[in-house]
Amino acid sequence: MTTATELHYTTYIRSTAEKVWQAITTPEFAKQYWGNVNVSDWKAGSVWKHQTPDGETRVVGTVREAIPPRRLVLSWAAPDEAGDPGRHSLVTFAIEALDGMVRLDVTHGDLIAGSQMAQAVSGGWPRVLSSLKSFLETGIPLGLGCH
Amino acid sequence: MSDSDLVFKALGDASRRRILDRLREEGGLTLGQLCDEHDMTRQAVSKHLAILEAANLVVTVRRGREKLHFLNPVPIHDIAMRWIGSFQTNHLEALSRLKHALQGDPP
Repeated sequence: MTTATELHYTTYIRSTAEKVWQAITTPEFAKQYWGNVNVSDWKAGSVWKHQTPDGETRVVGTVREAIPPRRLVLSWAAPDEAGDPGRHSLVTFAIEALDGMVRLDVTHGDLIAGSQMAQAVSGGWPRVLSSLKSFLETGIPLGLGCH
Repeated sequence: MSDSDLVFKALGDASRRRILDRLREEGGLTLGQLCDEHDMTRQAVSKHLAILEAANLVVTVRRGREKLHFLNPVPIHDIAMRWIGSFQTNHLEALSRLKHALQGDPP
């Protein structure tokens, strides 16, 4: 049982910053390695939704910052808790281009320690990021997408 | 040394595994906080953290004058998926062969 309120994940991917950005923000790609997709126009202030391929919304939030292909910051809440600002956590994607590869840092902060959301995402992020890395490097996801 | 080598070497030390356990329990600890709990000198903990950071098992964030340490579970997960995936496949194949042998199916 995690008491963490801030989770950090870092992975190095043999790809480009543009491809990593697209993989996160384009449903056609996200569907393949994440299972669910991220839907938005990706402009600061816009709504963002995390949906199953059938269109069921699993997570909602707003785009706080979007600087393609380097930085994406989203607020994150369960649909039935979206009305309560105290139940929103914050996800930051930092995409750094290095020599022949990309360093992707994902930070999920402002989580409520011990909450169901904290438990769910702490199990989910490593699977999603390993799958993303595998997908971009080999074309094969790790087949552990979420539903 | 490959990335996998760095991870296995980092994990192959009990003190380093204890540090990871602690960070898994509570993220965002400073060097000072990590030293307080382990029966190790500041220098020893610092050296272990450097090895863990090189293996990408620990990431650090600067907050003001402090450097906070967090566990990064992704490299361990990558290894688990690549290794456990293969072992599971072999295991299932072995079970399948046994089943067919017991049924008297031609080999």
